[in-house]
Amino acid sequence: MEKVKKPFDKQRFIKEYGIILIFVVLVAVMTILSPNFAQPKNLINILKQTSINGILSLGMMFVIISGGFDLSVGSIVGVSGVAAAYLGMGEYPLIIPLLACIGLGALFGLGNGIGISFGNLPPFIMTLGMMTVLRGLALVISGGQPVTGISGEYVNISSGFLFGIIPYLAVYFVIAIAICAFVLTKTVYGRRIYSCGGNMLAARVSGINVKAMQTSVYMIAGIMAGVAGFLLTARTTVGAPTAGEGYEMDAITACVIGGVSMNGGTGKWYGVVVGALIISVIANGLDILGVSSHYQKIIKGIIIIVAVLADVNGKNAR
Amino acid sequence: MSEYILEMKNISKSFSGVKALDNVMLQVKPGEVHALMGENGAGKSTLMKILMGIYSSDGGEIIMNGGKYKANNPKEAMSVGISMIHQELNPILDMPVYENIFVGRELHKGILVDKAAELKEARRLLDDLEISVSPQMMLRDLSVAQCQLIEIIKAISIKAKVIIMDEPTSAITDHEVNVLFSHIESLRKQGTAIIYISHRMEEIFKICDRITVMRDGQYVGTDTVKNLDENKLIKMMVGREITDVFPKLEAEIGEVVLKAKNISRGKRVKDISFDLRRGEILGIAGLVGAGRTELVEGLFGIEKLSAGEIYIHDRKVSIHSPRDAIKHGLALVTEDRKGSGLNLGGTVEDNITTIAIKKLLKGGLVNKSNMRKAADEYIDKLKIKTPSRDQAARNLSGGNQQKIVISKWLLAEPEIIIMDEPTRGIDVGAKRDIYLLMGELVKNGKSVIVISSEIPELMGICDRILVMAEGEMTGALSRGDFSQENIMAYASAIEA
Repeated sequence: MEKVKKPFDKQRFIKEYGIILIFVVLVAVMTILSPNFAQPKNLINILKQTSINGILSLGMMFVIISGGFDLSVGSIVGVSGVAAAYLGMGEYPLIIPLLACIGLGALFGLGNGIGISFGNLPPFIMTLGMMTVLRGLALVISGGQPVTGISGEYVNISSGFLFGIIPYLAVYFVIAIAICAFVLTKTVYGRRIYSCGGNMLAARVSGINVKAMQTSVYMIAGIMAGVAGFLLTARTTVGAPTAGEGYEMDAITACVIGGVSMNGGTGKWYGVVVGALIISVIANGLDILGVSSHYQKIIKGIIIIVAVLADVNGKNAR
Repeated sequence: MSEYILEMKNISKSFSGVKALDNVMLQVKPGEVHALMGENGAGKSTLMKILMGIYSSDGGEIIMNGGKYKANNPKEAMSVGISMIHQELNPILDMPVYENIFVGRELHKGILVDKAAELKEARRLLDDLEISVSPQMMLRDLSVAQCQLIEIIKAISIKAKVIIMDEPTSAITDHEVNVLFSHIESLRKQGTAIIYISHRMEEIFKICDRITVMRDGQYVGTDTVKNLDENKLIKMMVGREITDVFPKLEAEIGEVVLKAKNISRGKRVKDISFDLRRGEILGIAGLVGAGRTELVEGLFGIEKLSAGEIYIHDRKVSIHSPRDAIKHGLALVTEDRKGSGLNLGGTVEDNITTIAIKKLLKGGLVNKSNMRKAADEYIDKLKIKTPSRDQAARNLSGGNQQKIVISKWLLAEPEIIIMDEPTRGIDVGAKRDIYLLMGELVKNGKSVIVISSEIPELMGICDRILVMAEGEMTGALSRGDFSQENIMAYASAIEA
């Protein structure tokens, strides 16, 4: 059988890496529109803004690729942020609030996972319920008020710089990216997440423990949300019970823009990273240009629709 | 030591009070190809799913390789040496071929996937089965037949002691079947037992050693292939004699109703021209990838034609969408009833009334009683076996599902009915019903185009057969000149 070497497939290249091209174009446009955009101080700001949402989006990515959906991550950010604030006032070493956040995130994620895979609840409903319950829990634990008084050391987790120039937040984001990218692309576990999302029945009859897979991805999303909550408290210097409200939408947006299909089974980690960056770049750029946040919402919505249009039609064109 | 590698004894299973299996028995020897036959609904798939750990039995025992066996999930079944080619294809569309082959048993080094090894092994398996598909192609881009071939590779590569093949050849044609059979031969020499489920009598008699027959969830009997013939087998399966498998009714063949001229669709359909007459059953034969489905999809307006004209009753028509096609009196029963023929979640009534719903309105509004009447009419006419018209389509057997799709189209009263593999995966009884139906249609002045990969079927019911190979029309035969060798030769683009 002859093997013909495939010529450079322009269409395929655009489909796979198009999102990066879009990002580059976007940054160029913003720079042209406003000279303040490309200032180092502003770029660092963008990085910091992206990091927390980016970590959240990475967790969401696992869930969506596996065929699921998680509305509760924003609330997990809130609850864990409050818990971290209480534990981060200097009494304990910082590892304690961090572990608490990870533990809480894993626990709530486990709850989601069990409800969905064993209770057969639709992910939308289960995580919607969890989202509401946890928001209430955050208000209860905090007594309805932001928890103040976190230690200076804790604040420095977010405001500090590595080697004086790289914000710590960006470092955490990069570490998270490295771990998630590795797991998704190189491990058997990661491959199986794509299998479950691509065709759950096929995965099941091929011997994959689908219930365990489903439960695990929600735990991953929960843990990432817990970490995000830990970092958000450092960034805002308080543990606000309302923190993270709406963050799940941004996480989903980042995934969608990044090419993760809502049906599951497809999506690349770099797409999600770029998706999160694009959201921040647009918000930041529009801010500098003086566009009101109301208009920004409209623009964000339009971008989501366009991104999904491109994804759906790209698939159907054969 | 038992002479059997696998024994299933007194297996029973009920679903919501309905008994699907009643004390069924199956005994398989190592190195034998054992056919499991029965009409749709007989319980064959259910029995195999119990063996594979997808269902659990209510009673009975299974002995595998000398030891008591019960699989709680497919992974346990595979670890004990049982693998299955499923009738319902389970492709993961957005994943490449090599990843699909190794789903659930990824080749790995520790926790890391060994992509290089998977690609290498996938290439070897594809070459072995003579499938000209690159391991990196996405399953979304493959045809139904190619997906089935990948499914076959999956099962064969597991190196099982017992391989269950459930309708493995339903979507592939003779050449691929021969390749599969030579693989079955080598598997048999290695001592692997194969449980072969198929409705294709020819294949059963060619490759199987013994046959077990089931009917209505019960065990009917087992015998060697030598002691059985087609009639005896049908009698066991159906409980009554069927004298002719391919009934051909007499119909008057009239004027040309459809004229296709120079139909082309890029590289897949090249310059096809043919006529279709009133009262005629026209068959289209060919191998996988010949372009038959692409041809009728083009005619029906599902996909664009790159060239060609269509004349209906001598008037040129432009068909840009299925809606246009339906307006001009065409109907298309597609190849994949679950994918493009049925609303699986809808009821029998919902499905039957889908196309012709405008005819059933009263005062411009949906009229339940009209819809009910229409559904009942066709359930009766086509002998659809369903507990009620409100039964969800997904719960019916393949044959009955197909009858629902056909009813949906007939309700719209088309003149020209195109059927793409209408009897795929359907039992003898239901097949015969569909052949009779085709005969009735043309007797009443309609015309039928039928695509099929079963040459005996085409030879049995068609008036003329067109043969396609690699997008071109390579042969046209009238009933008097039908011969399996000629048709195969045309289909393989060999000079006859």
